[in-house]
Amino acid sequence: MVSQVGEDHSLRRRDFINIAAVSFAGVGAAAVVLPLVSQMSPSADVLALASTEVDISKIAPGQAIKTVWRKQPVFVRNLTPQEIAAANAVDVSTLRDPQTLAERTKPGKMNWLITMGVCTHLGCIPLGTGEGENRGPFGGYFCPCHGSAYDTAARIRQGPAPLNLQVPEYAFTSDTVVTIG
Amino acid sequence: MVRILGFLVGLVFAGVAVISFFVNLVGNIQSPPEATAEEEYHVHPKALHLQSDGPFGSFDRQQVQRGFQIYKEVCSACHSMKLVAFRDLHELGYSEAEVKAIANQWATEVPSVNPDTGEPATRKATPADHFPAPYANETAARAANNNALPPDLSLMTKARHGGAAYVYSILTGYRNQPTELVKKFPGAKTPQGLHYNPYFANLNIAMPQPLVSDGQVTYAEGNPKPTVDQMAKDVSAFLVWTAEPKLENRHHYGWAVLLFLLVGTVLGYLSYQNIWAEAKRKVAPVGPLDPVNKAKRTRATKKAGVAG
Amino acid sequence: MSFAWAKPYEPKTGLGRWFDERLPLPRLVYGAIGGGYPVPRNLNYWWNFGVAAGIFLTVQIVTGIVLAMHYYASADGAFNSIEHIMRDVNAGWWLRYAHMNGASFFFIVVYVHIFRGLFYGSYKAPRELVWMLGLVIYLLMMATAFMGYVLPWGQMSYWGAQVITGFFSAFPVVGEPIRVWLLGGYAPDQAALTRFFSLHYLLPFVIAAVTVLHIWALHIPGSNNPTGVDVKTEKDTLPFHPFYTAKDGWFAGALLFAYCVLTFFAPNYLGHPDNYIPANPLATPAHIVPEWYFWPFYAILRSFTVDVIIPAKLWGVTAMFGSILLLFFLPWLDKSPVRSGSYRPVFKRFFGLLILDVLVLGYVGGAPITPLNIALGQLATAYYFAHFLIILPLVSKFETPLPLPSSISESVLHGEKAEAAPIGQTKPAN
Repeated sequence: MVSQVGEDHSLRRRDFINIAAVSFAGVGAAAVVLPLVSQMSPSADVLALASTEVDISKIAPGQAIKTVWRKQPVFVRNLTPQEIAAANAVDVSTLRDPQTLAERTKPGKMNWLITMGVCTHLGCIPLGTGEGENRGPFGGYFCPCHGSAYDTAARIRQGPAPLNLQVPEYAFTSDTVVTIG
Repeated sequence: MVRILGFLVGLVFAGVAVISFFVNLVGNIQSPPEATAEEEYHVHPKALHLQSDGPFGSFDRQQVQRGFQIYKEVCSACHSMKLVAFRDLHELGYSEAEVKAIANQWATEVPSVNPDTGEPATRKATPADHFPAPYANETAARAANNNALPPDLSLMTKARHGGAAYVYSILTGYRNQPTELVKKFPGAKTPQGLHYNPYFANLNIAMPQPLVSDGQVTYAEGNPKPTVDQMAKDVSAFLVWTAEPKLENRHHYGWAVLLFLLVGTVLGYLSYQNIWAEAKRKVAPVGPLDPVNKAKRTRATKKAGVAG
Repeated sequence: MSFAWAKPYEPKTGLGRWFDERLPLPRLVYGAIGGGYPVPRNLNYWWNFGVAAGIFLTVQIVTGIVLAMHYYASADGAFNSIEHIMRDVNAGWWLRYAHMNGASFFFIVVYVHIFRGLFYGSYKAPRELVWMLGLVIYLLMMATAFMGYVLPWGQMSYWGAQVITGFFSAFPVVGEPIRVWLLGGYAPDQAALTRFFSLHYLLPFVIAAVTVLHIWALHIPGSNNPTGVDVKTEKDTLPFHPFYTAKDGWFAGALLFAYCVLTFFAPNYLGHPDNYIPANPLATPAHIVPEWYFWPFYAILRSFTVDVIIPAKLWGVTAMFGSILLLFFLPWLDKSPVRSGSYRPVFKRFFGLLILDVLVLGYVGGAPITPLNIALGQLATAYYFAHFLIILPLVSKFETPLPLPSSISESVLHGEKAEAAPIGQTKPAN
């Protein structure tokens, strides 16, 4: 394009207009890409499902339930005193993802272990909530896909997963109801 | 060959069209089409001006909230609004707590399943729910309404010619059937259970007049008096919002896009002029035809006093 | 491609040369829409609509792919999924309105493009295949647009599907089985909706492929021009880039401006309110019409109201299909050696009548059925067939054309403003 422009005095101004016009088209194209990309992020109705209420009154110590938050499984476990003791007995500094049980539960509610039911390796659902399911060598959860084993505080102890099972944002609305999200 | 065949085909099609024309013409002359009551008495919607009109239109939150109140207290008894969710009410200026309360106190509950028995049950609505419908299904709606189906109102102002003005006109258009109409078209007398309304396509609407008296709904302090006319306007404004909740975004982005395109197009035009100036100079008339030379020549001849 | 003076592609960088030797794609593009394609220098703005059609095809494909990420082709869920896009999906309202109005603009642009070809004789030798491939694109567009309109599963969608597939039932014996086969049922339902969605997604890519052929075929003789006179020397042409890219570029901006006015400020203007009512197989809308771009054909369909040997319904359907098919024979119906309508005084008058005729057909096709509208449509239909099959061949035989300029550059010389006009017809600019 530049070569087409004559060699008179207004060369710079003319160049400028051509460059401005092409840049404008470029900016326009880029601006159009934005909504084309953002349309893929969660829509308003998906975002609206951001919180779930769970009734925990029927979970006996040693039992766990699976519930759903944001279309993902959440494990709610009522730990037994033995499990709590086992979790607290571990030397935190030896862990891959060092965290104490207290850090993973709410104050005064250390028996309520609420975690995402999504293995931090590649997203399978670990076993261990149902009666008689394999809870792995550390008595917590065990992911059958690639053999990640979690302990009673749902911390990663063995296998390829890099992190402990994630603790979602939640709050006790009452003694028997938990709101997740 | 193609042309001969084409000629014949053309004659046939044009001929049959012309035959159709004459047959219809004769038919229409022998028995002219009769006028119908709809043709003579149906009227187009009245003018209605809302803040959402026009390219700068936006929602009058106060008015749309009033309209929502009318829908909640009057229309929702029969009309569903399945496409609108309680969470959408945030956009009308309701706070999170207010939306939660509105959902929680909605007259109809959301169908659900009893977690212990598996029996069908209902639960209170949450902000994530869409407005629960007043009837479980179409059959129930028809059974309760003299076999007429109250249409879903979510898209009403986009689903009728005239839009909001149509809704407003229908709501304020109930009247007694003119006696001349019945005299002229005895067959068009409003049947039992229907109501005469000249803004409705076939003049007789199944819905009884929903807004009957001033003050039927009590507006909060600081709002205009709830006359029938005012209420009809407000609910029409609300239905504009339910049909097109993104109207404001559309207008905002629209102006930005148009401004951008305008500048871009002008720049593009200048650039085009630029690029072509060169081409024009290159092909432009040269020698005696060149406008510059021509002008010189004209000047010269003028100076010399030679007649053009 | 075909002109001796077309500049060959010269890679400017080492990488460019390396690439060109292995896959001469840049060379292809350069020769197709770059500096290597010489174009007559006297093209007027009517010639901008070809590139514009390409732009709108792109708009449709891009917005369509994105919409398909949210749409579900289910008789129960299609309508709600569209409203989900309009209300909840990020920028969904824009995507949907852009696609809806993009279809209309695609047709507007293509109609101008077709009528430009009709006036300037772009269908004549040696561009017959360009013309016919263009008609194939147009037919594919109509099929795509029709199926796209069915997808929201509103009242007009549903009844449009019912009526259009009903065309086939006009044909004796095979008609009804064909209709049932097309729908996968006795009435439009899930089976029809799913296949329409599948084909609606497929056909645009077929259109893109035929467009490549259309452009390829165009590049053999090169573009026609407002004089219709063949390109003779290098002086008659300019390289496509930067001259026509600049011209098409700014014009595209202007068209997009008009398109955005519609999309953002009157998105439903060209649509029909009834399509915001969910499909109801038990109630036909009072006034059922197709989208505006089909109105002229719809008028032809409705014009045949009398059984003449065969039933009126069959007349209507064959006439409607015939009205498009006859365009394929146009290069052989109009044998006038002069291409451009500018030099054909009689042709020009009839061309004006044709435009008027198609506008009348369009009006009638969209208007309610009244005796007057039907009568108007019947006369307009008669003229439509007479124009192409009777008048054009006769005109081309008996008309005396005006003198043509001896070359394109000569026509340019008598004034920039009057580039397209014949010599002696307009006053020179200087």
